[in-house]
Amino acid sequence: MTQNAERILDHNELFRQPEYRSLMEGKKAFEEAKPVAEVKRVEDWTKSWEYREINFKREALAINPAKACQPLGAVLCASGFEGTMPYVHGSQGCVAYFRSHFNRHFKEPCSAVSDSMTEDAAVFGGMNNIIEGLANTWSLYKPKMIAMSTTCMAEVIGDDLDSFIKNAKTKGSIPEDYHVPFAHTPSFVGSHVTGYDNMLKGILSHFWEGRERKPGEKVNIAGGFDGYCVGNTRELKRILGLMDVDYTLLSDPGDVFDTPADGQFRMYDGGTTLQATAEALDAKATFSLQGISTAKSLEYAASKGQEVVALNCPIGVTGTDAFLMELSRVTGKAIPDELELERGRLVDAITDSQAYLHGKKFALFGDPDMTLGLTAFLLELGAEPTHVVCTNATKEWTEKMGNLLAASPFGQGCKAWPGKDLWHLRSLAATEPVDFLIGSSYGKFLERDTGTPLVRVGFPIFDRHHHHRYPIWGYQGGLNVLVKILDKIFDVLDSDPKGTSFDAVR
Amino acid sequence: MSAIIDDTKARNAALIGEVLEVYPEKAAKKRARHLNVYEEGKPDCGVKSNIKSIPGVMTIRGCAYAGSKGVVWGPVKDLVHISHGPVGCGQYSWGTRRNYASGTGGVDNFTVMQVTSDFQEKDIVFGGDKKLDKVIDEINALFPLANGITIQSECPIGLIGDDIEAVAKKKAKEIGKTIVPVRCEGFRGVSQSLGHHIGNDCIRDWVLDKAQSTFEPGPYDVAIIGDYNIGGDAWSSRILLEEMGLRVIAQWSGDGTLKEMEKTPKARLNLLHCYRSMNYISRHMEEKYGIPWVEYNFFGPSKIAESLREIASHFDDTIKEGAERVIARYQAMTDAVIARYRPRLAGKKVMLYVGGLRPRHVVGAYEDLGMEVVGTGYEFGHGDDYQRTSHYVKDGTLIYDDVTSFELEHFVDKIRPDLVGSGVKEKYIFQKMGVPFRQMHSWDYSGPYHGYDGFAIFARDMDMAINSPVWGMTRAPWKK
Repeated sequence: MTQNAERILDHNELFRQPEYRSLMEGKKAFEEAKPVAEVKRVEDWTKSWEYREINFKREALAINPAKACQPLGAVLCASGFEGTMPYVHGSQGCVAYFRSHFNRHFKEPCSAVSDSMTEDAAVFGGMNNIIEGLANTWSLYKPKMIAMSTTCMAEVIGDDLDSFIKNAKTKGSIPEDYHVPFAHTPSFVGSHVTGYDNMLKGILSHFWEGRERKPGEKVNIAGGFDGYCVGNTRELKRILGLMDVDYTLLSDPGDVFDTPADGQFRMYDGGTTLQATAEALDAKATFSLQGISTAKSLEYAASKGQEVVALNCPIGVTGTDAFLMELSRVTGKAIPDELELERGRLVDAITDSQAYLHGKKFALFGDPDMTLGLTAFLLELGAEPTHVVCTNATKEWTEKMGNLLAASPFGQGCKAWPGKDLWHLRSLAATEPVDFLIGSSYGKFLERDTGTPLVRVGFPIFDRHHHHRYPIWGYQGGLNVLVKILDKIFDVLDSDPKGTSFDAVR
Repeated sequence: MSAIIDDTKARNAALIGEVLEVYPEKAAKKRARHLNVYEEGKPDCGVKSNIKSIPGVMTIRGCAYAGSKGVVWGPVKDLVHISHGPVGCGQYSWGTRRNYASGTGGVDNFTVMQVTSDFQEKDIVFGGDKKLDKVIDEINALFPLANGITIQSECPIGLIGDDIEAVAKKKAKEIGKTIVPVRCEGFRGVSQSLGHHIGNDCIRDWVLDKAQSTFEPGPYDVAIIGDYNIGGDAWSSRILLEEMGLRVIAQWSGDGTLKEMEKTPKARLNLLHCYRSMNYISRHMEEKYGIPWVEYNFFGPSKIAESLREIASHFDDTIKEGAERVIARYQAMTDAVIARYRPRLAGKKVMLYVGGLRPRHVVGAYEDLGMEVVGTGYEFGHGDDYQRTSHYVKDGTLIYDDVTSFELEHFVDKIRPDLVGSGVKEKYIFQKMGVPFRQMHSWDYSGPYHGYDGFAIFARDMDMAINSPVWGMTRAPWKK
């Protein structure tokens, strides 16, 4: 008998008990499990150079890719507008997945609807689903705007959102002047960051087309697909406030993914207002904190006569410096002393800790802008990025990453791996080991398989709580990332209590 | 008492009226058939089910792919499961279901992996069969200890006319391993449920029909069917069956293997936990191999004891005595668990909204703790599930089939139960409303909940959810 009412064992401990160990041992006969030695032999082989070569010959198969599909990004982008319901045209299972994906990352509700297309819609098209779906969403959830994207089902059968939405309006599903921006977001093109970009462009063009631009002094700031949007948008607002810059965030999901537990569920909260979105056409410039992930939206803003400034996830000192200097150049506002002080404090923190970082080898994976930002930060810490995997890389990423690494003596030993996945990275970490790994929660399998400690920075973070509440951008964000890395380094140093280096002071 | 029940019935009927009022006329008419107040003595719950969800209402349901890859096939650990199509489906279902399996990840256990053909535009335009062919070769080269491969179709496969069955047959011959093509495209059917059915049919056609097992059957051989080993459920069930003298020759499909599936046609009795997702294959084995099956319920000591006796009734006295021995053995522990938690939980009201089994199956476990289920419904139950539910629920229980987020939020807001048990999409909504919550798909990262060992954890978890001090802080003290 295993359980005891006074001390109830969780699954972790429960299944370590002898009766369960022997149960699992006994089960192996029915499984016809391979002998332990054979499993060990194959396991060791999967970490060999020979295996690595077979692994890197893959042309068709993706194993543990670090990317998701377009409509996920569209849902995140749409969530960042005032009172907006993300609406995904296509199969309903996709929306269940998008919602649970964000639930697990933010530990927050995520509202989005599907129009539940099934076999008949596959044959006849999904127009009736849109006609009925828009009417239902509007009646039940009373959004100010419905932002529509598509699943691959709708894309494969070639549904035309523009004409379907117009038809729904003609049929009276929603008022004629009701806002239904849309974006086609095929999941077999690009990744979740592409979908974010497409939705953003869709929303901007909905409000900007047919409107005359009256250039003003405001600037637009786009964050792109950002798992840290809660912490980051608040940090951005603080920085922009300190700079006294008049700005519009292009999608601000920071509040809707961080509502209080005060007895009331807020389906909508915060977000960029529809009016501000329309008026954002008049902005002097559009900044993107993740330029690769918002390339089409930036191109669109430029086509309207705005200056565009594309950054790549400003993590750390130089990234933030560039952001602030560009902001200052474009707006004519000076960088205030307070921010310069913050800069000095981050540099101070790095000087205090650099001895623990210098020469440490890192493998990292993540979205294009994220890996660029993190790599730049590691280089300024004197760490040595060694393998950088970006499953959803673009040509621009490969070029920028190459330049970034070439420009630093600490980047000389690093190889960038566009289009590769985490099974490739497993081979890399097994054959050319590094000290630490940086990436999303899915890096934990690499940590287990290769013994490389994981620093969690990326998306999704499912298995640690509240990380998204803390910014990674700006000097404060840099400090947060620095502490994450240092804590891991020190924890690893201390993980051997009998080791020589069990110092009370570090 | 009956006056109280009448009040409850009137309130619940009013709540149904309130939500229906908000829908457009056509949708209200459709939704009305899925909502009801249970009347004692009725053979079912009086709701329609397994019908298409209405567009735009925020159904909580998933798709056929989720039913096949996520539920039926995904937990089979010695097979590599290809999410065939674009990257998303496999990504979102990667390691999120907690169907535990022993073994070495990526070596002889392939459950927590995202293996996908990662379709690009050219695969849609020119078809994906050639790519699939190559994907299978690459899997075969990288995972020599895998006993086979399944192809879990995503939406585009059925729309672009790929012939995955032909590829499967050809490649199975080439690599000498089982390959199972599953037509579980997400647009098929109305929920996960059709994916279960399709997944079951593929086990029939591509595993059982081809199996040539030399396995020597014994007199007390049983298979656990429809237990996905969430948080280790199948293990804390298996231990009881073994203790009563049965030999468990297969687990379907939590911590399961192809080899176990192939042995199952030689079982004496199939034990079916999740009726909804695996009744199909159980019926098939009954028809084709003459194996009887029995439904059982391992949630909470009352239902466990009842089930152990029911299972034993299919065997001789050795097993019957074994069942009594097991029940007696665990009595003191479960009594102590109940003594500890019942005083803290008695009288608490619960609302459930889960998949295809638990909206009824966990009722007994709550009742063992003195709690009362006041509302329940299924994401993807069928008529036979609602019939079975009538044996569990009380007069006046609010029933909601394929509930929309809007309806569930309204019901919970007005009824204000002491606990809601549902999924991750619902969890944070209700916690913000100040209502304690437990995820009843994943056991909220806890479990197991099956068996006597699981019941102890279940009781502890319900107590910690309801009696957490956090619920006392929801309102700021200066707010009246």
